[in-house]
Amino acid sequence: MKILVIVNGNSHQIDAPPMKRLLDALREDLRLTGSKEGCGEGECGACSVFINGEVVNSCLVPVCQVEGTEILTIEGLASDNCLIPLQEAMIQIGGTQCGICTPGILMAAKALLDQNPRPTRDEIRAGLGGNLCRCTGYVRIIDAVESCASNQ
Amino acid sequence: MISKLEVYSPKTLPEAYRHLQELNGRAKLLAGGTDLMVQLHDRVGVAPAYLNIWGLNDLRGIADAGDHVRIGALTTYTQLIKSPIVKQYCPILIEASKTVGGAQIQNRGTIGGNIVNASPAGDTLPILAAFEAQLELGSQRGVRVFSFNEFYTGYRQTILAPDELVLAVRLPKPEPNARLFFQKAGSRQALVISKVVLAAQAGVDDKKEIQYIKISAGSVAPTVIRLRQAEALLQGQLLTNEVIERARQTAMLEVKPITDVRSTEQYRRMITGNLLMKFLRLL
Repeated sequence: MKILVIVNGNSHQIDAPPMKRLLDALREDLRLTGSKEGCGEGECGACSVFINGEVVNSCLVPVCQVEGTEILTIEGLASDNCLIPLQEAMIQIGGTQCGICTPGILMAAKALLDQNPRPTRDEIRAGLGGNLCRCTGYVRIIDAVESCASNQ
Repeated sequence: MISKLEVYSPKTLPEAYRHLQELNGRAKLLAGGTDLMVQLHDRVGVAPAYLNIWGLNDLRGIADAGDHVRIGALTTYTQLIKSPIVKQYCPILIEASKTVGGAQIQNRGTIGGNIVNASPAGDTLPILAAFEAQLELGSQRGVRVFSFNEFYTGYRQTILAPDELVLAVRLPKPEPNARLFFQKAGSRQALVISKVVLAAQAGVDDKKEIQYIKISAGSVAPTVIRLRQAEALLQGQLLTNEVIERARQTAMLEVKPITDVRSTEQYRRMITGNLLMKFLRLL
């Protein structure tokens, strides 16, 4: 099945079986390996991407459901080598250790801030409820997101 | 394996009905995929064909339909959470939707998927039972309206015919002063499958006498169930400590939970009783 999508602003045609996971199409067909597979069942959020502005688990979306959509992956956040403030904050505040969860956390945090530019710490926790991190203990991740909220 | 699956992606309802007719029960319905894609990944319950109904935009949206709220089957949890109509008439459905996974799942999972997936742990299902919801079921033969409380016939089994789709849920509006309750008990707050879910609505007068009460529980039987014995016991009663205690014990005995990876039978009975007691004390 041939599927037309816009990924990070560029048009792509993917030729893949209809039930192939969007995650696999991004990683294998488009070589966008920033989105990670953690659990493969919608628990960990490491594969989070945006479809038409909404954050989703790309491991749970078959490619037959993305025809004509606009997809944003972690590779599309920075432009001209210029990181977005959320990425800068994660580095400055130390919200990342091994890094596997970081792309998904950034996408979920961006989705939260897009909807709610000044979230409370509890709202940040709820917004990141679909993302697991086994290294940091979350405190610095929440600090990093909070720092962007108050800066806006 | 994935490449061998037949997938049909109708754009209109008549097209979907035609596929269902032709596939004659061979296909599984694919809505938001949040349960189905996990099954596929685990190679559990894989069907030879899938009918991808995600493109059927007629099945989206929430409308005030006079005596009920009509919710299209493909309405996502995020859309439920944001709906002023749902907030006005069934705020506990918003509470329930917020407990379904994280934002990523809420953006994709649908109320129709929750219904048809037929898990006894479906988070919205006890609310539909306690509200005595009706389901609109459509096929080439026409549309029939069926009581949600009679939709399930056994563990993960429904009365949905092979050529039928759930089109929408009709949620009767509660009485203006109805008291509503929803609580999900699980191992942690976020992203958890429930050990017990309890939903209820009730009317009480100034003397704390129960005018009516509807109670439903999930994860404590092969299907979502109504707690009819506890309801009958409470009907018309004054809410004394003794009545509340008898209702708690009745609810504990009335459910039929199992011990599994998430919890034990005994714990589930106890929590069911305690959640009901919590609601009754709030009245």
